[in-house]
Amino acid sequence: MASKENFLVGIFDNEEVLLHAVENIRDKGVKIKEVYSPFPVHGLDEALGYRRTRLPIAAFLFGMTGTITALSTQIWMLGFDWPMIIGGKNFFSIPPFIPVTFEFTVLLSAFGMVGTFLVVSDMKPYKWPRQYDIRSTDDKHVMAIDLGSNKIGKEDIRRILKDNGASEVNEKSF
Amino acid sequence: MQAESVFRESLVTGGKTVADVSQDISCQVENKPTRLWWTAFGISLVLLTYGGYCCWMMLWHGIGMWGLNKTVGWAWDITNFVWWVGIGHAGTLISAILLLFRQRWRMSINRAAEAMTIFAVICALSFPGFHMGRLWLGFYWAFPLPNAFGSLWVNFNSPLLWDVFAIGTYFSVSLVFWYMGLIPDFAVIRDRAVRMGHMTRAKIYNGLSFGWDGAAKTWMRYESVALILAGLSTPLVLSVHTIVSMDFATSVIPGWHTTIFPPYFVAGAIFSGFAMVLTLLLVTRKVFKLEDYITIYHVELMNIIIIVTGSIVGIAYITEFFIAWYGQVPAESYAFINRATGPYWWAYWSMMTCNVISPQLFWFKKLRTNLVATFIISIIVNIGMWFERFVIIVTSLHRDYVPSSWTMFHPTMYDIGQYIFTFGIFFTFFFLFAKFFPVINMAEVKSIVRATSEKKNKAH
Repeated sequence: MASKENFLVGIFDNEEVLLHAVENIRDKGVKIKEVYSPFPVHGLDEALGYRRTRLPIAAFLFGMTGTITALSTQIWMLGFDWPMIIGGKNFFSIPPFIPVTFEFTVLLSAFGMVGTFLVVSDMKPYKWPRQYDIRSTDDKHVMAIDLGSNKIGKEDIRRILKDNGASEVNEKSF
Repeated sequence: MQAESVFRESLVTGGKTVADVSQDISCQVENKPTRLWWTAFGISLVLLTYGGYCCWMMLWHGIGMWGLNKTVGWAWDITNFVWWVGIGHAGTLISAILLLFRQRWRMSINRAAEAMTIFAVICALSFPGFHMGRLWLGFYWAFPLPNAFGSLWVNFNSPLLWDVFAIGTYFSVSLVFWYMGLIPDFAVIRDRAVRMGHMTRAKIYNGLSFGWDGAAKTWMRYESVALILAGLSTPLVLSVHTIVSMDFATSVIPGWHTTIFPPYFVAGAIFSGFAMVLTLLLVTRKVFKLEDYITIYHVELMNIIIIVTGSIVGIAYITEFFIAWYGQVPAESYAFINRATGPYWWAYWSMMTCNVISPQLFWFKKLRTNLVATFIISIIVNIGMWFERFVIIVTSLHRDYVPSSWTMFHPTMYDIGQYIFTFGIFFTFFFLFAKFFPVINMAEVKSIVRATSEKKNKAH
């Protein structure tokens, strides 16, 4: 087995305490690996210094793919490949093709974005996530600090966590 | 943190903490089903079996088993189809449109409402499916696939084909949206199962949760996905019933050829959908003891939406009548006078009573905060909305342009049987959902519970 990764795990009961703690701890120069919460905490991503997700761009690109595919397919099928006279109307005109184009845009955009989300977040049915504390899906906010990547000593970090309102500080190795 | 208005009522009562939410909702999944659940599930299976027999007979002998005749070529099948699709709309309205408007009262009802949407759309899809005669070839006929006659493509000018795409997209996007919401909650059940030592259950729910870990980065992406899905679902849900209404509005049948159909149908869909959400949730909150999560305040807000959409529907009925007179087209005027005074007068007046008069009772605060009254009116509204579709479809068709082909429509036991079949599907799925999936979105409710319970503690 490879050398173990050692973590210090801070448990927070309240999201407001957590938010201040994240800011203070990062100011002290401690690197936070990740924070695990039972529900989305607004402002936590900014406090941790995460860049905004680019998933909306993915959604837009998938959507545009849908628009172009649906529109060009309809024009090609009814306009060129097999033109049919239906009620004496034009072989192709844009308005009747809009509903299907719209639906297909939404379909590809939604599925493309959710698929991208699962891939970038590395989520799959047969994966068991690394759990620093099992209560993180119930009611605790769990802050994981990788001791290997921090220059500050373990006991100092433990003290900083306690000072900033952590209700428990545990050690965990993987 | 977000500020809480002191004038608003609490969304979660009983001073619940975050841990209480996990416990109250997950225990429904973890406990053995109650006798009440088995009884309800058994009745659904009986409906499903009887309906399944009728559907089988119809597949075997063809749709001649239905009561359709050469004048009335569309009747119960499309009535039921539109009715079920309409019911589905409330789920998306609650989860998508109310999310965009930041209405936090949606949080404890969106899960069940979205489940209802998905099951209702499955029920709806069965009608055009069976109407195609050979169900197993339906996919081949409805989608633009190269076929045996060379490449004769489907007709993209037809609203019926738009329906295929609209409802197909609506179903799959709603399913994804609903499932996305379930992912963090499956992880809650997984971790509780680990703590209780049920490893098989933990593995199943971990698979369902895609290995969810709840990291801040994942939550950030997750919220972004939820917001965009809501943004996509909002125009999608409006487009679906618009396109359904175009099945009628683009034809030249008197009584169908109306430009107000799209908004009128969308309002009617939301109206009937909220009624169905109320019917289901009033039972669910009682059976699963969720009175602290689905409060009288939630019921009242939903009843207000029923007044609004019910009034829009009422105005649409009156507008149609007015335009039929003002337009001075004899066939059109006749179609409307025939609806109100012809042989189907009873259907027309049932529709008017149930849809226009009954929701107006909710102007009384006593009635809209009364659970029994709400339950009864929600069922009346759904009966009324079924009659609306029946009136639009059958009364417009049964008086043809040629008086010698004037006739009446009589449903056979197979028409009725297939309707029963869809109730069987709907309730079977709903009870399975209520047993095995968390019926309330725990993650979202947890994000508001701290604010509400703290406020309550301060008040004491």
